[in-house]
Amino acid sequence: MRKILSRIYLVFIFILLYAPIAVLIILSFNNSRTRAKWGGWTLSWYASMFRDDVIMAALGNTLLIAVLSALIATILGLMASISLLAMKRKNRNIVLSLLNIPMLNAEIVTGISLMLIFIAFGQFLSRWGYMIEFGFGTVLIGHITFNIPYTVLSIMPKLRQINISTYEAALDLGASRWLAFRKVIIPDIMPGVLSGFMLAFTLSLDDFVITHFTKGPGFDTLSTKIYTEVRKGIKPEMYALSTLLFVSVLILLLIFGRGRKKQQGALIIP
Amino acid sequence: MKKKWRIWLDGPYLIWTAAFIIIPLLMIVYFGLTDKTGAFTWSNILQMGTPERLKALFLSLLLSLIATAICLLMAYPLALILNNMKAGATGFITTIFIIPMWMNSLLRILAWQTLLERNGVINQLLGMMHLPKLYIINTPYAIALGMIYDFLPFMLLPIYNALQKIDVNVVNAAYDLGANRFQTFWKVIFPLSLPGVISGITMVFVPALTTFVISDFLGGSKVLLIGNVIEQQFTQVGNWNVGSGLSLVLMIFILISMAIMQHYDKDTGESTTTL
Repeated sequence: MRKILSRIYLVFIFILLYAPIAVLIILSFNNSRTRAKWGGWTLSWYASMFRDDVIMAALGNTLLIAVLSALIATILGLMASISLLAMKRKNRNIVLSLLNIPMLNAEIVTGISLMLIFIAFGQFLSRWGYMIEFGFGTVLIGHITFNIPYTVLSIMPKLRQINISTYEAALDLGASRWLAFRKVIIPDIMPGVLSGFMLAFTLSLDDFVITHFTKGPGFDTLSTKIYTEVRKGIKPEMYALSTLLFVSVLILLLIFGRGRKKQQGALIIP
Repeated sequence: MKKKWRIWLDGPYLIWTAAFIIIPLLMIVYFGLTDKTGAFTWSNILQMGTPERLKALFLSLLLSLIATAICLLMAYPLALILNNMKAGATGFITTIFIIPMWMNSLLRILAWQTLLERNGVINQLLGMMHLPKLYIINTPYAIALGMIYDFLPFMLLPIYNALQKIDVNVVNAAYDLGANRFQTFWKVIFPLSLPGVISGITMVFVPALTTFVISDFLGGSKVLLIGNVIEQQFTQVGNWNVGSGLSLVLMIFILISMAIMQHYDKDTGESTTTL
């Protein structure tokens, strides 16, 4: 009885979570320009999306920002993790809680605060005739900022597990600091670094709020494009593109998800 | 020599933290407490006192508390079920609960419009089964539903992680000592999962309280939450001082919820802040 009840409950939650996704996938095949009407099946949106310059530009921005911000956040997060480990406990806790602010704070507040600092910095620079343009650069900075805590949280636990004697042994055997770090430490923490990167990439890909406040007119990612399109109606190509992205991620997961069962959670859970 | 190396390691992220986390937050305080000329004033904060804004704040608090409570009630049994599954099945099943996050979150919320509309998918299904129809689109109910849908994984994962960490021997010891199922749950399992519950609550409450997208999409333009009020100040009205003042009021509630989390988190270390 218990088993049947829990099965039913799982199915209920499953439907709740997947109904919207099913709707979006079906809409991507809808042969009608509005989502209110069903016009039969078509594949045409999957072809026309590649000819839509606006959507392709937004896709390009989204992917470039996601890769760059994840990369830079992972490097900064790695540096932060190593130096935090060497700190005194009290200092470490202070720095760690400051680093974690963007993760615990409301996104709207983080977004607004970044917008204000860019405005203030722009006003400051304007005295010398320079300007800050809201767009790629400001959005990238915003994404790196909210990604750093997640990379630190993925890397720190792995660093803690390291047996420092192996590093010292490498030094004793004549390796330089850099060589010892590369050959001994890096391989041990690589899973944490990779999952931090993947997490940052995912969060950046899906972000709307921070982008909304740090972007300027004329610059769009997929999320901000969707937001502005909602009032006048979403282009069906958007559904097609999102479905395509969703399916590609799923396939990537199936390929890379194997053989790292234990890591699986850390790899994809924000 | 060693000192020099440390500076290069510490410098970049410390500078980053100062420039893009701490100073920006201070900017909100500065803008919130000054007027256009830069003179000190309380008036931006008092702007929260208009009936329309108070209503938005009250509704936000109400809806986010309801959404948090329902998320907890839904996620806890779910986490228990997942936790009781065989190791192989859990990996697969947990992945199933995370996969939806890979679809663009704005589109996923938007899909609920199609589901909930007067002639939407759900009402057509209800009509086919001759059941009474559901007219909740553009009402606070639809917003609450959107919140529950969007943030349920944030509640599930910390609770699930906390349950996974519980030593099976502790549970078995309770049974050996004569506790029944209910006593074991209430006296052993639930207290041990509390850090996960607390972090789940903050992970749902803060984003639900401050959202403006869910209310935008599912509330029509009829229902305003405090997130919408603040967002409009920045993007439409363009009054950063009032917007910052309202944000400061909102931050009080965020700080309260963070403080509660910190309080419970103290003895369990930093692990529970990770999802």
